[in-house]
Amino acid sequence: MSTREVSKAWEAVIGLEVHVELATATKLFCSCANEFGAEPNTNVCPVCLGLPGSLPVLNERVVEFALRLGEAFEFSVPAQSIFHRKNYFYPDMPKDYQVSQYDAPICVDGTLIVDGTAIGIERAHMEEDTGKSLHVGGSGRIHEADHSLVDYNRAGVPLMEIVSRPEMHSAEQARGYVSALRGVLGVIGVSDVKMEEGSMRVDANVSIRPVGSDELRTRVEVKNMNSLRSLGRAIDYEIARQIEMYETDERIVQETRHWDEDAGVTHGMRTKEGSEDYRYFPEPDLVPVAPDDSMRARARASIPELPAARRVRLVSEWGIADHEAAVLLAEPGLADYAEGAVAAGASGHDATNWSVGAVLGYLNENALAPQGLLLRPDGLAELIGLVSDGSLNRKLATDVLDEALRDGKRPKQIVEARGLAQVSDEGAVGALVDDVFAQNSDAVADWRGGDDKLKKKKRGFLMGEVIKASKGSADTAVLNRLLDEKLNG
Amino acid sequence: MAPERITRADVEHVAHLARLALTEPEIEELTGQLGDILGYAAQVSALDLTEVPPTAHPLPLVNVFRPDEARPGVDRDEVLAQAPATENNRFRVPRILGEARG
Amino acid sequence: MSAATRNGETAAEIAAAVRSGTRSAREVTDAYLGRIGAGEEAVHAFNLVTADAARARADEIDAMIADGHDPGPLAGVPIALKDNLCTRGVATTCSSRILAGWEPPYTATVVERVVAAGAVPLGKTNLDEFAMGSSTENSAFGPTRNPRDPSRVPGGSSGGSAAAVAAEFAPLALGSDTGGSIRQPAAFCGVVGVKPTYGTVSRYGLIAFASSLDQVGPFANTVTDAALLLDAIAGPDPLDSTSIRAEWNPVISAVDEGIEGLRVGVVTELLDGIDADVAARLSEAVDVLRAGGAKVGDASVPAAIHGLAAYYLIAPAEASSNLARYDGVRYGLRVDGVDVADMNAKTRGAGFGAEVKRRIMLGTYALSAGYYDAYYGQAQRVRTLVIRDFDAAYRDFDVLLTPTTPTTAFEFGDKTGDPLSMYLSDVCTIPTNLAGHPAISVPFGTGANGMPVGVQVLAPALGERAMFRAARALELGAP
Ligand SMILES: [Zn+2]
Repeated sequence: MSTREVSKAWEAVIGLEVHVELATATKLFCSCANEFGAEPNTNVCPVCLGLPGSLPVLNERVVEFALRLGEAFEFSVPAQSIFHRKNYFYPDMPKDYQVSQYDAPICVDGTLIVDGTAIGIERAHMEEDTGKSLHVGGSGRIHEADHSLVDYNRAGVPLMEIVSRPEMHSAEQARGYVSALRGVLGVIGVSDVKMEEGSMRVDANVSIRPVGSDELRTRVEVKNMNSLRSLGRAIDYEIARQIEMYETDERIVQETRHWDEDAGVTHGMRTKEGSEDYRYFPEPDLVPVAPDDSMRARARASIPELPAARRVRLVSEWGIADHEAAVLLAEPGLADYAEGAVAAGASGHDATNWSVGAVLGYLNENALAPQGLLLRPDGLAELIGLVSDGSLNRKLATDVLDEALRDGKRPKQIVEARGLAQVSDEGAVGALVDDVFAQNSDAVADWRGGDDKLKKKKRGFLMGEVIKASKGSADTAVLNRLLDEKLNG
Repeated sequence: MAPERITRADVEHVAHLARLALTEPEIEELTGQLGDILGYAAQVSALDLTEVPPTAHPLPLVNVFRPDEARPGVDRDEVLAQAPATENNRFRVPRILGEARG
Repeated sequence: MSAATRNGETAAEIAAAVRSGTRSAREVTDAYLGRIGAGEEAVHAFNLVTADAARARADEIDAMIADGHDPGPLAGVPIALKDNLCTRGVATTCSSRILAGWEPPYTATVVERVVAAGAVPLGKTNLDEFAMGSSTENSAFGPTRNPRDPSRVPGGSSGGSAAAVAAEFAPLALGSDTGGSIRQPAAFCGVVGVKPTYGTVSRYGLIAFASSLDQVGPFANTVTDAALLLDAIAGPDPLDSTSIRAEWNPVISAVDEGIEGLRVGVVTELLDGIDADVAARLSEAVDVLRAGGAKVGDASVPAAIHGLAAYYLIAPAEASSNLARYDGVRYGLRVDGVDVADMNAKTRGAGFGAEVKRRIMLGTYALSAGYYDAYYGQAQRVRTLVIRDFDAAYRDFDVLLTPTTPTTAFEFGDKTGDPLSMYLSDVCTIPTNLAGHPAISVPFGTGANGMPVGVQVLAPALGERAMFRAARALELGAP
């Protein structure tokens, strides 16, 4: 038996291909509605059904969106880009070719900043989506099915394919890339970017190499990850699988592997020899896209502040931590929400705290977007005001916010209705302290005779009793002061 | 550079790419004919055209777009009525085997 | 005065008579349907005659006239449509088994335009399957016969449309021209045929053969009628990205402007291999043009000799992709198989004829990995050369002159065994398709066998007005 070679240090090399469905009103080459969930084969016409004689005409909004990508990721946009036909047979592809871009895409050489590191984006191009097949029999699995049923509603829906350079080295970084990409795409308004609903699909090219080497070894394409979590798991699995292969001297083949979420493994997909000969040639039914200055200028003008720049600005303007700004920006719309509260008078620091805390928790629990919150940003600002003027302590404020988020009532209304205003009147708080001292004279005595440790413990106990007696409404600042006065007095 | 002679294996490979079921006599006939025609067409491969750009299209048109406005498509029943097989308002096809999606 | 009609009735005259109320559209339609009834069996110009729809449409035209509305410049003029133009609810087959019985859910833009101009469609005409061929012998539904001599082919691929006009089954017809498919049958049948500038006439609803070459155009018995029809169908279409955006400049007003001072070049490279009788007619045509005041000289388009080879790479390559969609899934023929790939292959194997299969194979090969640069890529460069050479020639000439075909109509079966020799009959027509330029074939006397000879006038892109002036002069001076 040969002894297994001692494990070298390996480094992963990861590139991502991201397909993003564009949020246009119509399809890429025809005027059929681009909508999700319509009755099968109702959003179809001669063009997207590939009927004989039909011809494509490019949706101007898709070009506009592509140029926004150009601006947002600092791509260069060549003077002309053209469409090609990618020829292969598949029943959900009505023309049996896909109109895509090949060697002359609209965007080349872009950059995305991921947690401070610039990741290169090789290209972004426009292409059409396919229809959807439903597999009947064999528990719905494609190869075991008895037959399949095709719906062409999605055929011709516009996609951008965004191809990174192989410049990432961990699953974590790949997730960060997708997260950042999603943030930018959402901000520039070109897509809903919902990975779970399929409006964003990510394939990963993974290879490994010895640390310190700059070679690119055989890569494996991993498909079928439908969340950031599964993307991370799939990449980690694939890295481990490849390390294992190299360390046992097995050969890695260039192939496409399918991520099986339930089993937590990747499977090789059957490929027939020769099936990869796509016979690309320039699509003769379409003319080149030649973005002129006015098209470029329009795209530039429509780009709002991008996440990376905004992160820097929020940190400096609000004095918040960089990681807090990152959390605000990771959830689409949350930074807008916090900025809305600031505009309504809250401090950036408070707006951030509440937004990344209770508000984000509520969004996650209820699978909501900030835009859908019943409590608008000025309501959050009102709540923050109640805390800073001493009307509510932190605990009460959390309760009020919870109710406000649930039913949309204004915080002041809730406070009034529940009689929750914080007791900061010295007389009232002092009376409560006196009552508690009277009922817990042992504890007061213990404090007086105790060492520092015991003093601390008994003081905490008495404090808690007062808060309890006030049903949480005692102003803790006032209470702290009075407690010390009376104990020491 | 002109390719070698067209072989029977070439014909079978191309027929596979083109999804054409050919009969034995068809394969034989095409092996000869494709060779002849490509032999004639090879006169273009022999020209030195490295300095000449390709023309994909006779027109110098660029930037032909349509507005992003939805319009009604065609009636589903009218389309499905032309299909060889349908089920539940979808086009029915035999099972899909083997090849991976592109 | 209309030199080329035999029954004294042109489309222009019919439209004028119907618009003025001196003849009813119904009467005209019935007369043509009657002629079809009498002669169609011998000719087989049509895949489908839509007599009831034609009569109903004619009645509508007459009702419009009665209401004081003008049905348009083609009022009441019967027209035959090549069966690769989509017509909603009317079978459109491309003369292929794979599409037999298919009823499109939409209508081609050109068909909508002729109907909007008042024309009355009579039916769908026969063609070489998917417009691939030069004789209509490749039709799945049997060949069309040349009305001038039923033992001879009408040419192709628009053989049915050419024969329909020649047999006077219709005064006008629409065809499509990818490498000569209007002009060659026009020449063989002795009628006028026009391939307009690429992008002039919408391709929306024309079932594609080779997208960068295909163009719809008119057949007529006279140059004036062809101009009338071209003006009705030309102009921008938002449904066709390759349609020229500028408004169409009508040609009808140019037809009778004469040719005084027109510079005409005879393309020397396309005189090799031309039959002597055809060459003789061409030189008489030169005399006619000179007599009309044109300045005629020799023109050179050296790359034209490579046009045929480039064409037989580009057209099949595009076709191999355009015809992929006939897969048995959404419409047309299906032959069952054990899985979807097997079903696709069997359907296509059974549904396509030999010539279509040959071109799909050729095109697939030319695009396949390893051969793209040597074949398709190189052919695209030849295309550039052809355009450059034409551009150079048009610096010295307004129009160019060639024979339309090297020979007159050949007999059935003459070339079916040898695809390459069939392809060679397109040598004069193909260069204009590669360049996207317009060309017209005008009947000019007959050959040794008594069959018509066609002379071709070429022009630069959008040079149709000069082209029609020369064509009209040839028509007037034809033997
Ligand atoms: Zn559509």
